[in-house]
Amino acid sequence: MILEIIGISVLWLFLFGYVIVGSIDYGAGFFNAYSILTGKQHIVSKVIQRYLSPVWEVTNVFFVFFFVGIVGFFPETAFYFGTILLVPGSLALILLAIRGSYYAFESYGKKGHKGYAFMYGASGILLPASLSIVLTISEGGFITLNNGEPQLEYLDLFMSPLTWSIVVLSIISVLYISAVFLTWYANETGDEGATNLMRKYALVWSVPLIIAASGIIVELRFHNEEHFNNIIDLWWMFGISFLLWIGTVWLIWKRKNYITAFWLLVGQFAFAFFGYGISHYPYLLYPYITISEGFTNEAMAIALIIAFILGMALLIPSLYLLLRLFLFDENYKKGKK
Amino acid sequence: MLFDDPVYASRLLTLLTLSFHIIYATIGVGVPLMIMIAQWIGIKKNDMHYLLMARRWAKGFIVTVAVGVVTGTAIGLQLSLLWPSFMELAGNIIALPLFMEVFAFFFEAIFLGIYLYTWDRFDNQKKHFLLLIPVAVGGGMSAYFITVVNSFMNSPAGFDIVNGELVNANPLAAMFTVSMPTKVAHVLSTGYMTIAFVLAAIAAFRLLQGSNREYHKKSLNMLMKVGFVFALATALIGDLSGKYLAEYQPEKLAAAEWHFETSSEAPLVMWGVLDDNNEPQYALEIPYALSILAHSWPTAEVIGLNEFPEDEQPPLIIHYFFDTMVTIGVFMLGLSFIYWLGIRKRWNFVESKWYRWLIVLGGPLSFLAIEAGWWMAEVGRQPWILRGIMTIDEAATTSDYVGIMFYLFVLLYLILGVGTVVVLRKMFQRSPIEKDIENYQGGDQK
Ligand code: HDD
Ligand code: HEM
Ligand code: HEM
Repeated sequence: MILEIIGISVLWLFLFGYVIVGSIDYGAGFFNAYSILTGKQHIVSKVIQRYLSPVWEVTNVFFVFFFVGIVGFFPETAFYFGTILLVPGSLALILLAIRGSYYAFESYGKKGHKGYAFMYGASGILLPASLSIVLTISEGGFITLNNGEPQLEYLDLFMSPLTWSIVVLSIISVLYISAVFLTWYANETGDEGATNLMRKYALVWSVPLIIAASGIIVELRFHNEEHFNNIIDLWWMFGISFLLWIGTVWLIWKRKNYITAFWLLVGQFAFAFFGYGISHYPYLLYPYITISEGFTNEAMAIALIIAFILGMALLIPSLYLLLRLFLFDENYKKGKK
Repeated sequence: MLFDDPVYASRLLTLLTLSFHIIYATIGVGVPLMIMIAQWIGIKKNDMHYLLMARRWAKGFIVTVAVGVVTGTAIGLQLSLLWPSFMELAGNIIALPLFMEVFAFFFEAIFLGIYLYTWDRFDNQKKHFLLLIPVAVGGGMSAYFITVVNSFMNSPAGFDIVNGELVNANPLAAMFTVSMPTKVAHVLSTGYMTIAFVLAAIAAFRLLQGSNREYHKKSLNMLMKVGFVFALATALIGDLSGKYLAEYQPEKLAAAEWHFETSSEAPLVMWGVLDDNNEPQYALEIPYALSILAHSWPTAEVIGLNEFPEDEQPPLIIHYFFDTMVTIGVFMLGLSFIYWLGIRKRWNFVESKWYRWLIVLGGPLSFLAIEAGWWMAEVGRQPWILRGIMTIDEAATTSDYVGIMFYLFVLLYLILGVGTVVVLRKMFQRSPIEKDIENYQGGDQK
């Protein structure tokens, strides 16, 4: 039992990592496109070139880690999700390709192509929407078994209010996380115009975020009561999350200590994300796969965990070096080097 | 429609994505090593030309890496989307190297990011050089781990099947299978060889256009030497791969060689066509060579294809894939050897126009050889996805939409492929080598 818990915790932790770094990346693309529209382009595009370009491959690996890891720890998910996700998964891949190729082809050139920047921005909104579908599906009720072959009920999925509330929440989260981060980053680079703009976006999206999140809990009550009850049992985690949200908004409102505001935000999402994950236990896919039935064999589980520990021992110092050079290097941030 | 059968459509989509990814993956494996060699020589000899080589290759590398990551992510996810049953089974036994590969990517991506964006941030050049080592090692490790998975598909090991259930999984035994050593070695050496010849082709092309002679000549000489070493290694390891096949996957070798009847003193059949009686016509036959390739002995017995049940025989088309690969391998070995000898003995013809055109041709040919090699290895595994255990029919998705996805991805790769070429051309047209040299000498290292 303990191995399953370690496995799912590692995966969930990386998914959380992807939610944060991915959101910063997606949101920046969107703000960039938006500011081209409103003629304030230079503000965000500088951040994208100096910060996002060097680290986007690392961002992408978080995603790869998750889908490779889940097949390793829970091979049965490959069968179920693999079969049903062909279309949404392929579309997400194409959107990811647009983003990757933007970094490859555009941020290098002197001045980019406008249409491309819009596609890049739009993909930042469509991607969280399409990826979040997986969370919706995992709530159960959208899959039927046909001769033992799982099939996705597209119409049910499309008509369900739960689907749409999760989509909306994912988009708002992306914009909010990204805006808070960029507020801090712009402030660090000493760009006052950008800071104010980003601060405004952060405040604009803060309230819809909480409304959307609460909405989902209500939706779940109708869709998957078991999950809903589990969430209620974990009310304190969501409560802490809410308090942290207040902290972030307050600091941003007061124009104080943006870095603390950002870490409070990370805490807010961590509590909500893990609260959600724990309340989902023991199911990976309602009602077909639980983490104990879908788990790999013991030898593989131990091997994966050992590989994970060794891998982290290698990665953490390297990541630290990367962040020190790009994110926290005073000269680099200010664009001197 | 063409794609009514999900199995067939899945095969085509896998073929498409992998054939496209392997181009960028090969660049990702090979270029860091070439940059390393150039930068090392540059620091040792204090020669600006080599340092600039490293710099310019690294600049282009930014673009190809990004596309490599995109296509790699695509194939990684597609494996689960297109072959769910296979991945479920594979997840139980061979997930370890796939998982470790992610760490290799991580490692490579981090240091590549640092390396590429810190050209001028270190006062000591050697420190900057050191950053390349994890990049090159990471690229090599990626190739290693993924090839380990592929070896497992060709020679599954590390588990038992009892009553249709998988038991006694041993992840390490699954990683160290009999086909792993030759496969990994061949993939790595061909990757390095190909990139050396591709960069050499660019240098030769520039020389033909009359661009800066000294810079490109140094580059060409160095690359042809490196390429020769790896081409030699490739041929030797390729020979060992043949011996592996003869021992463990004789049906693949037999199909690749159109060797139907088990016999000793078997000749190597190159090219040709089959007549109605399955007799090769117009083929180039090298006596005893197949026996030597298979067992290092001219009279050794080589198992023929007819020993295998008809529904387990690989398609005969792989004969041409095999011949393409071997022909190109021998050609490049000769071309680089003669060039190397020619430079030492001052034979003028190796600097002539027609010889340089041959070198230019060698770049694309090397890539063709890589593609052909993979086609032969993967198509030659038919009908198995896991040899002897699971066929592709059992493994493929049952979704009806694979055909549409195929068209979408064709479009995507078309855009990515054309985009890469256009962006790279623009990038180097904007800063030709002459300008770089001027800047460098002017002390402004931007
Ligand atoms: C530049 C590319 C290149 C070149 C010149 C060669 N090969 Fe190769 N070959 C590959 C690129 C490649 C590859 C793409 O790397 C393959 C595909 C799968 C694999 O493991 O390596 C491969 C596979 C492969 C296999 C099948 C292994 C298997 O299916 O398990 C054999 C028997 C050979 N090669 C033999 C040779 C010989 C005798 C060569 C003579 C010069 C040769 N190769 C040149
Ligand atoms: C870990 C490495 C690899 C894995 C797990 C893998 C997996 C697969 C799978 C599942 C199939 C479909 C089954 C079949 O048709 O035989 C396949 C086929 C194929 N793969 Fe691989 N592959 C690997 C490496 C590669 C590479 C690097 C290439 C090179 C480009 C490649 C080229 C192909 C091709 C061309 C096919 C189609 C074969 C056919 O049409 O019959 N594979 N591979
Ligand atoms: C089934 C086969 C394969 C799969 C599933 C696969 C998967 C991937 C993935 C997910 C990435 C992107 C990693 C990132 O986010 O940074 C990638 C990139 C890469 N792959 Fe593949 N790959 C396959 C075949 C191969 C082969 C056969 C090789 C080498 C011979 C290879 C070498 C690389 C390299 C070096 C990169 C790094 C990108 C670059 O530097 O250009 N891959 N691959």
